[in-house]
Amino acid sequence: MNFNKKMILPLVLLPVWYFIYHYLQSITNWIINSVFALEKGAHLTESLRFFIFEVPKVLMLLALIIFFVGIIRSYFSPERTRKILEGKSTFTGNILASLLGIVTPFCSCSAIPLFLGFVESGVPLGVTFSFLIAAPMINEVAVILLFGMFGWKVALIYILTGLTIAISAGFIISKLKLEHWVQDWVYKAQFNNSENTEEKLTLSARIRFGYDAVKEIVGKVWIYVIIGIAVGAGAHGYIPQDFMASLMGKTAWYSVPLSVLIGVPLYSNAAGIVPIVSVLIEKGASLGTSLAFMMAVIGLSLPEMIILKKVLKLPLIITFIAIVATGIMIVGYLFNFIF
Amino acid sequence: MEIKVLGTGCPKCKTLEKMVRDVVQKNAINATVTKVEDIMEIMKYKVMTTPALVIDEKVVMKGKVPSDAELTILLKSSISF
Repeated sequence: MNFNKKMILPLVLLPVWYFIYHYLQSITNWIINSVFALEKGAHLTESLRFFIFEVPKVLMLLALIIFFVGIIRSYFSPERTRKILEGKSTFTGNILASLLGIVTPFCSCSAIPLFLGFVESGVPLGVTFSFLIAAPMINEVAVILLFGMFGWKVALIYILTGLTIAISAGFIISKLKLEHWVQDWVYKAQFNNSENTEEKLTLSARIRFGYDAVKEIVGKVWIYVIIGIAVGAGAHGYIPQDFMASLMGKTAWYSVPLSVLIGVPLYSNAAGIVPIVSVLIEKGASLGTSLAFMMAVIGLSLPEMIILKKVLKLPLIITFIAIVATGIMIVGYLFNFIF
Repeated sequence: MEIKVLGTGCPKCKTLEKMVRDVVQKNAINATVTKVEDIMEIMKYKVMTTPALVIDEKVVMKGKVPSDAELTILLKSSISF
């Protein structure tokens, strides 16, 4: 094993990261109270304090966790995932596919080749769907942001409910036997695609994978994080506490289906939606309704549906959306009921 | 040398195509660059993630957009073959 610079750097950066993260609140207070000498408790001061604290906190969490997720993902190529899923029975297959959906690198622009590659090598349709539902919905950015802004309980709830939806939706699609709603050419086509061409990676290559992931993802989402937190900071002191209560509160029974209905055609990445959800919750929206909204926005995206139209007939796409949307609504109602 | 960029038209695929053309031109590499957008054609190369880069019918990279430096090395090292 050769220890190059790239492998030592994380060991140096990690304590630095921890130190800054640990003292972030103190640093923020020092900047606000001593450097700017702002009046304590004023709306503007507290908004500013929120912003100065949250932006580095969330970005640091993102960078750290995406780095490790990147390394973990280098062990789960789509080829490998497919191999694990080949010929798996329903249910076991649905569970495995949903779990693998979390760790396998996935971009919705690859949805078609992935779908074809899976189906052709004998991964059952319902199992493939479990994967296609879990992969975008339970993405690392969503989970990290939920963790950063609401704590580990909400992040865990999100993962578990997302998994449940992916598993059961895929399972239902298996049981309904909807293979005839896949475009006819898919099962006829022979790509001979099932060959495995996986290369072995060295540890330093995997660490580079982690760096690349941080560069790519943080490079893409930082602006949404800043805008989202700025909106949150702005709303912090200025919008009345119960502003959203009547529309998205617990007592409004229609709030859950309405949020899902609005959420499905909306398309945003997780980085943009979580800070907005945090504002909604702070202003009186209930947790269940807000989670449902968030899941609908990032789990079901219209562009992906349009891409999938190439391989799926319309009734299957509609069934797929209906099942997942129903699952999301059940989650919404459940959490409004529990919390 | 024959370079193909496989991709169904996502933003990343377009980025890669542009990068490949730039690198080829900048380094005066004698190569033809084509973009393959037909999904049936793409599947023949046994890739499940796009964009993918094919040099002389061999898949050399898939599922990511490389850095400029990485791409330059990749293309230059393929010339001699």
